[in-house]
Amino acid sequence: MNVFITILKRDLILAIRHRAELLNPMLFFVLVIVLFQLGLRAKPEVLVDFAPAIVWIAALLSALLSLDHMFRSDMEDGALEQMIISTQATSLLVLAKIIAHWIITGLAVTLVGPLLGMMLGLSFDATKILFLTLLIGTPVLSAIGSIGVALTVGLRRGGVILSLLVLPLFVPVLIFASQTVTTYIAGYPIAASISFLIALLVLSLSLAPWATAAALRVSVS
Amino acid sequence: MYKWFHQLGSPPTFYRWSGRWLPWLSLICFVLFVIGLYGGLVYAPADYQQSDSFRIMYVHVPAAWMSMFVYMVMAISGAIAIIWHMKLAEIVMLSSAPIGASFTFLALVTGSIWGKPMWGTWWEWGDARLVSELILLFLYIGVIGLYSAIDDKRKAAQSVAILSLVGIINIPIIHYSVIWLNTLHQGPTVTKFDNPSIDTRMLIPLLIMAVAFKLFYGIVLLLRSRNEVLWRERRSQWVKDTLGDKTDG
Repeated sequence: MNVFITILKRDLILAIRHRAELLNPMLFFVLVIVLFQLGLRAKPEVLVDFAPAIVWIAALLSALLSLDHMFRSDMEDGALEQMIISTQATSLLVLAKIIAHWIITGLAVTLVGPLLGMMLGLSFDATKILFLTLLIGTPVLSAIGSIGVALTVGLRRGGVILSLLVLPLFVPVLIFASQTVTTYIAGYPIAASISFLIALLVLSLSLAPWATAAALRVSVS
Repeated sequence: MYKWFHQLGSPPTFYRWSGRWLPWLSLICFVLFVIGLYGGLVYAPADYQQSDSFRIMYVHVPAAWMSMFVYMVMAISGAIAIIWHMKLAEIVMLSSAPIGASFTFLALVTGSIWGKPMWGTWWEWGDARLVSELILLFLYIGVIGLYSAIDDKRKAAQSVAILSLVGIINIPIIHYSVIWLNTLHQGPTVTKFDNPSIDTRMLIPLLIMAVAFKLFYGIVLLLRSRNEVLWRERRSQWVKDTLGDKTDG
């Protein structure tokens, strides 16, 4: 457990020392949403229908953009090999890195997302639900994404193949999360879909570290 | 049983064994295709609702079944490749990916051709099976893309094995999330025509076609695996012996 906290601290300190990297995914997230609206020029009442999906797709893309950093610098300076050959369980270290990645990127998106949702015309209550889905859903993106990054970390140009591997796996999160908000706006109960999202969160946080650890062992060996 | 499994795992035994079976499999597969296609296109009565256009089912349904089946084969052989580092399992997994992708593509194309007269549109986002089939195609493309992106092929095979195992956990989740999406948003009612319990004369050709497709997969898989085995072992003595015999004779 000590190792878990050490890695978490280390990653967060590294992130704070590179503030640009900390801000970029969030700026990208904002930019995508602005571009959507500029391209759509939709009427406010139509825009509300699109808003949850727009915010969520922007969140997926910004998660994808930042994923590549998760293991790359550790790979380059050899820290990753040390983590794998250490006596600690690799999956625990991976879990720490997933959570660090979420705090660095997902948390910012979760905090900014509702504001942008309001700009897109969501009501205050719907914005609260959007916040809730982002809070539950973005860690799933970091967890599932870590598998894809671990598989492609050895490649010089992993970016394109990474999006090909990871985006199809993001589909359930996108569906459940954006549906939760639209169902809420339509006035139906949302307990079931929130439970589904939580189930995805639990499943991905408990299984993804193992897959990622196995993939890292293959990539680094 | 285990000994047999072990022997089959060695490339020369596999090569000889598969060479002996191929002609027979091809013959049976051809006969089944002829019977199945005749049964489906001629013998089966026209549907009272869809008249003759339902006959594309005899290609569409087996292709869709195979698209899932092949992924399952890929994941199982991937698991074997991870656990026992068995070369043959890697080869089966890698050879299956393009075949599965082709079946998925075929199912999508025939599905959309069938959809045009039935639903009045080439593509229907409301149909859960069509959409999850499309995502399955992306999963296949991801597997193929990852394999070709990694230069060290042994490493690539291990990575692909992990990816296909991750995929097999995700397929049901993706499938049911798509279904859930559509039950919530009551789609246009034309999307699902009620299947009246199928006539036996229609069903039997379908089952024959399903078996024929499975055999066809088996044949293509054997052909691709044999090529792959030869290519990987191209520097070993037994390949030189086997291929040398043929060129001499």
